[in-house]
Amino acid sequence: MSILLDRTTPVLVQGITGKIGSFHAREMRGYGSNVVGGVTPGKGGATQDGLPVFDTMKEAVEKTGATASIVFVPPPFAADSIMEAADANIRLCVAITDGIPSQDMIRVKRYMRRYRAENRMRLIGPNCAGVISPGKAMMGIMPGNIYLPGNVGIVGRSGTLGYEAAAQMMELGIGVSTSVGIGGDPINGSSFKDILELFEADPETHAVVMIGEIGGPQEAEAAEYIRDHMTKPVIAYVAGLSAPKGRKMGHAGAIIQAFGEGASEKVELLRDVGVAIAPTPAEIGGTAQKVLKAA
Amino acid sequence: MDIHEYQAKEILARFGVSTPRGALAYSPEQAAYRAREIGGKLWVVKAQVHTGGRGKAGGVKLCRSEDEVMDAADELLGKKLVTHQSGPAGKIVGRLYVEGGVAIAKELYLGFVLDRKSERVMVVASSEGGMEIEEIAAEKPHSIVKVSVEPAVGMQAFQAREIAFALGLRPSQIQSAVNALMGCYRAFEELDATMLEINPLIVTEDDHVMALDAKMTFDDNALFRHPAVAELRDKSQEDPRETHANDRGLSYVGLTGKIGCIVNGAGLAMATMDMIKLAGGEPANFLDIGGGATPERVAKAFKLVTMDKNVEAILVNIFAGINRCDWVAEGVVQALEKNPAGVPVIVRLAGTHVEEGRRILARSGLPIIRANTLAEAAERAVAAWKNNANTVGLKVVNA
Repeated sequence: MSILLDRTTPVLVQGITGKIGSFHAREMRGYGSNVVGGVTPGKGGATQDGLPVFDTMKEAVEKTGATASIVFVPPPFAADSIMEAADANIRLCVAITDGIPSQDMIRVKRYMRRYRAENRMRLIGPNCAGVISPGKAMMGIMPGNIYLPGNVGIVGRSGTLGYEAAAQMMELGIGVSTSVGIGGDPINGSSFKDILELFEADPETHAVVMIGEIGGPQEAEAAEYIRDHMTKPVIAYVAGLSAPKGRKMGHAGAIIQAFGEGASEKVELLRDVGVAIAPTPAEIGGTAQKVLKAA
Repeated sequence: MDIHEYQAKEILARFGVSTPRGALAYSPEQAAYRAREIGGKLWVVKAQVHTGGRGKAGGVKLCRSEDEVMDAADELLGKKLVTHQSGPAGKIVGRLYVEGGVAIAKELYLGFVLDRKSERVMVVASSEGGMEIEEIAAEKPHSIVKVSVEPAVGMQAFQAREIAFALGLRPSQIQSAVNALMGCYRAFEELDATMLEINPLIVTEDDHVMALDAKMTFDDNALFRHPAVAELRDKSQEDPRETHANDRGLSYVGLTGKIGCIVNGAGLAMATMDMIKLAGGEPANFLDIGGGATPERVAKAFKLVTMDKNVEAILVNIFAGINRCDWVAEGVVQALEKNPAGVPVIVRLAGTHVEEGRRILARSGLPIIRANTLAEAAERAVAAWKNNANTVGLKVVNA
């Protein structure tokens, strides 16, 4: 098992006829994902690399039975696409788009609350690398070949830093159950805590590597969850030790605005609840190995 | 994106928020002329810079005559204002705002932020205006009122009244406060602000509630739908390295260290900076060249990093996901052949087509120090920086 997706999950690509959407649709299929079609308003009836293209998400879901979607729609229109997915009864939506206005995301989150918690779409991202269950399927833009299938979950904000962790782990023979990029935006679909809950419940995940960064309250919230509910070991690295206060470090959400949002404060919080801290980003794999041996 | 106080006040005035009478000046003569236009016997001459803490740094001057206005303007214009928030580089004063003095009965604090925990717009207010919010939170936490706005319907008048009463305002002042609060919220929401701070929000002796100062920050990701806001950008207030990068679509933050960084991905870029620090160096910048690190982008990045005269070594750290190490390597070689960096260059490549990438670097004959892992890269970069004098012209080191 893995979390969120496997080989059978039927996936729609929102923005499938674009340069980026079509490229990644091919990559995802190449990896084994069950991509069943795509949506580009106004291009319904066409095909893209043999896959049907629809005008609306509702029609696409009706015709293909898709339960998941991945969004490659440009930032001005991406929030609308996410809400369209929620309204079409999609269960899992991965938003790759970087640059969605924060207030659009506030509206998206508010809109999703019209559905009861048990019927609510799970949103991953935006501004993320996506989700991969190694050896099974991926909904994202990551290079599939750096992930060894296995039993350690990865959850992180950053794409490339997640690749770095997966590659270090592969080098040491440590495999991954599922890797989830929750994205670098200040307001995102799923938090660290949301994904930790899934890993805690997944029998095939034995430990979790969490890659945080400066800015926002989600690492602190995760620390509380780990303290109160997590039985599996957690390994963490928090990026941005050398980042100055009040400056945005690439990600829209990577900015220290208040006390407790710096890397060292977050590290302290996580260490206090028993998380194994990787002292440097080069030692994420090594720290995971030590924890797994001790377990 | 930040804007100036006078720009924020112009925006707020359009949304019905009262502000003192004021006007912009670019010269001492103009400042005196503006003071006469405004009238009265008391004026405030305020440096327009994108930083807080102006008052304490001498950027706000109270004047009692046109001569005093002229002198204040003469002193401030062209001056580098260093405040406790501006960093040591300070900000150059190129514009002044001249405002008529008002009789203040009470100073309040009012802020609007995007609260990441509740994922809503949050109003933060306090009866202790004039102090910074961090100080208020530390010294008078009970004076702080917080109200979160339901995004589906926006701020409601009852919420504004609740805040006004909680701030201890009298019935005769409530309506004016409600106008100010509702106006600020509408400006924040309609223009995609991420921060709006009025400190102080004042109550005048004749019961008017007015914005005496105003600071606004806008969501860079939403500027596409607010061209009038985007036009308010003042490049003279930015780090020139950041302006250069920004105009070329690179995500860059200038820092004060000596080791320049060229990295793909924001998280990896932060982690690379951390590695440099842990290895005993200081990063000169944050730079994310993005996912598709094409040779052109790599070349642009080199040009940008070498513009910084403090840079004494350059660390390139690329984890190729969708793109390929061989293309990145070609980009590095092309960039360095065209414009030698003049300082040691350390390159670490990982991911897709890494072997081919390393071969290209080796074959180039350029004095590139190669590294295979993140740890190695940081150690070699710091070592090369420390021995800068010896390493210039160094032969290829076999990693």
